[in-house]
Amino acid sequence: MTTISDTEPAAAVTTPARDKRGLGLRRVRWWRVVVLGVLAVYFLVPLASTFWFTLYTPGTHTFSLAPYGQMFSAQGFGTSVRMTVEIALVTIVILYLLLVPAMIAVQLRLPKLKPVLESLAMVPLVLSPVALVVGVQTVLGWGLDQDPGTPLFQLAADLQNQSFPLILPIVYVVIALPFAYRSLESGLRSVDLKTLVEASRGLGASWPVTIWRAVLPNLRSGLLSGAILTLALVFGEYTISSILQFLPFSVWIVQDGQGATSGQLAPAVSLLSLLLSWAVLFLVSFLGGRRAVGRPDRSS
Amino acid sequence: MSVIASAPAQDAAGTRGVSLELSGLHRSFGATHALAGFDLALAPGELVAMLGPSGCGKTTALRIVAGFDRPDLGAVSLDGVDLTPLPANKRDMGMVFQSYSLFPHLTAGQNVGYGPRLRKVSAAERDRQAEELLELVGMAGMAGRYPHQLSGGQQQRVALARALAVRPKVLLLDEPLSALDAKVRLQLRDEIRRIQQEFGITTLFVTHDQEEALSMADRVAVMRAGKLEQCAAPAELYDRPATAFVAQFVGTMNHLPGQVVGAAKVRVADRELPVDGACPAEGTEVNVLLRPESLDLEPAAEASAAGRPGEGQVMLATFLGATTRLTVRLGDGTEAKADLPSHRAVEFPVGSAVRLAPAPRPVLVVERG
Repeated sequence: MTTISDTEPAAAVTTPARDKRGLGLRRVRWWRVVVLGVLAVYFLVPLASTFWFTLYTPGTHTFSLAPYGQMFSAQGFGTSVRMTVEIALVTIVILYLLLVPAMIAVQLRLPKLKPVLESLAMVPLVLSPVALVVGVQTVLGWGLDQDPGTPLFQLAADLQNQSFPLILPIVYVVIALPFAYRSLESGLRSVDLKTLVEASRGLGASWPVTIWRAVLPNLRSGLLSGAILTLALVFGEYTISSILQFLPFSVWIVQDGQGATSGQLAPAVSLLSLLLSWAVLFLVSFLGGRRAVGRPDRSS
Repeated sequence: MSVIASAPAQDAAGTRGVSLELSGLHRSFGATHALAGFDLALAPGELVAMLGPSGCGKTTALRIVAGFDRPDLGAVSLDGVDLTPLPANKRDMGMVFQSYSLFPHLTAGQNVGYGPRLRKVSAAERDRQAEELLELVGMAGMAGRYPHQLSGGQQQRVALARALAVRPKVLLLDEPLSALDAKVRLQLRDEIRRIQQEFGITTLFVTHDQEEALSMADRVAVMRAGKLEQCAAPAELYDRPATAFVAQFVGTMNHLPGQVVGAAKVRVADRELPVDGACPAEGTEVNVLLRPESLDLEPAAEASAAGRPGEGQVMLATFLGATTRLTVRLGDGTEAKADLPSHRAVEFPVGSAVRLAPAPRPVLVVERG
C-alpha cells in the first residue's frame, strides 16, 4: 500500500465492545438456548421418531437398515427421482428466462410497472393448487377432445407425455413465481443495477454480454436461493401431479412406496430426500458464499 | 471556438485527443426541459468542466454524450463525425460515475480488464495493462482486491483506470469526487488532472462544486436551465463574467444597492463606478455586483454609522490566512463581505464603524426587482 496516499481506512474491521454488556448478554444467551431448545424439540422429535420407525420392527423386536437398502431397488424409484429432477430443472430455466429479463427491464426502463409485476408475481400465492389443476385439466381435455392427428390433440398429448409431462413445469412456473420473484427482488435491491449496466455498456459491452457478465454474477445469491426454493417446491408438490396422474417422486412415495414391507420404505425415502435437499442447500450456499467473497481469477 | 493553451496532447498511452462537439441539444422529460439548445465544443486534449446548479441539465448532457440517453434534437460529434445514432457500447468513451460503479464480483484487476476483454485482448496482455494502469492511478499491487476491500477513494481510482483501459476517445467524469471526503477529494482532483494531461485525452467533467471546476478545468462551462451561459477559462470566468448569473454563481459576490447616474455609470457606496456590459437607463435602482477582494474599507465616524450610504458596522471577521473576510452590515440592512490583507483587517475590529471603498474598476449591475 506504499503508493496509496488515501488515508481513509479501507474496510476497517470493527470489534464491538462486548465486555461492557457482559451481564445483559449472558441473560440473552440463556434465552437463546431456551428458544433454540424449543425449536429443536419441535423439528427434531418428529424426524427422530420417523427414523426410529424405519429402523425398529416392534413384532420381532429387531433393528434393521433394510428399508434404506430396499428403496434403491424399489420399482419406480429411479424413474420418479430422475423425472422430478428434470421437471425441476426445466421449471427453473423457464422461470428465469421469463423473470430475469422482465425484472431487469422493469427496473431500468419501466419502474412504473414494478407494482404491476409485483402483484402479478404474488397472485399464485392466493391461488389454490386444486383450483389451478382443475382448470389445467379442463383445458387439456379440450385438446384431447379433438380428433387424433390434429395439432391441438397432438399438443395436449405431448404436454401429458408420461415420461416427461411438459405440463408440469409449465404449471410449476406459475406456482414458483412468488418465491423466485422475491429472491430475485432482494438480489436486485442489493446492487445498483443502473450503474452496473451503464458501466458495462460504456466499456463496450452489448446488452446480452452486459446481462451475462455484469448483471447475472451479481444476482447469483438471489438466483441460487430462488432455484433452491423452486427445487424444494417441485420435489414436495403432490396435489397437481397426482390429480393429473403423473408419477413424480412425491406421488411415488405415497403410491408405490407404501406398498412395500411394513410401510417402512416411504418414511425412509422421505428422510433420505430431506437429507439430500439439506446437502444441496448447504453445498449451494457454501459455494455461493465462498465465490462471492474471493473467487480465484479464472479468466486470466 | 477559442482553443485554450493546455498541456500538449501527448501520446503517452496510445490515445490522442479528439475534438468533441455538442450542438443544439434538446432533451425534455415530460414538462421539464433538461436541455434547451445546448452547445459546447471541446478542443483536442482539453478538459472542460460543466458547472451549474442542480437540475441545470449538465448530467443529462454528459449522459447524451455517453450514449445513455438520446437527445430529442441536436447532435454529438467526435472530430466532425456524428455519434448521435450510435449506442453507448459503440462510442469508445470512458466514463467514471458518481456512485461506486466497479463490478462487485470482479477484482480491481478484472474490473480494469473488463473493457479489453470485450475487445479480445489476451489474458496476459490484459493483466499487464491492468497492472500498469493501476500503478498510474496509485493502486500498484492492488489488482487482486475486490471492490468491497477498497475505500471509496481507491474505488474511484480503479474506476478511472478501468475507463482509461479501453483507450477512450473521450473521458467523461460524472461528479466522480462528490461521494468522497474532502481530503481524498483534493488529492484525487490533482491526480485526475495530471493523468488527463499525461494522456492528452479530451475530457468532459460534470460538477456542482465550483472550486473543483475552477481548479481542474482548462475551461468552465456554466450552465443554466438547459443552456450554456458562458464557457471560458477559469480566470476569465471569475474576472469577466459574461452575465449576472455567472457572476453570482461563480465565487462570492456582493450585491450592493446603487443607482445608474449616467451613461454607463453607477453610484454605489457614495462613489461613481463605470458599468461593464448592459446598463439600464439613468435613474434605475440596481444591484452592483462586487467581489469581496475588490471592496476596501475605510474608517468612518461613529456617529454616521447608521445613516450615509456605504457606511456600516463590522459584524464578523473570518480569518482565512493571508486575508481576512470582514462582514459589514450597512445602514439599510444589506451585508457586504470585504477581503482585506490580514495585517490591515486588524484595523477594523468587530463593532467598528467603516465605509466601503470599492476599487475603481468596471462593475456588473442587475436591475433590482
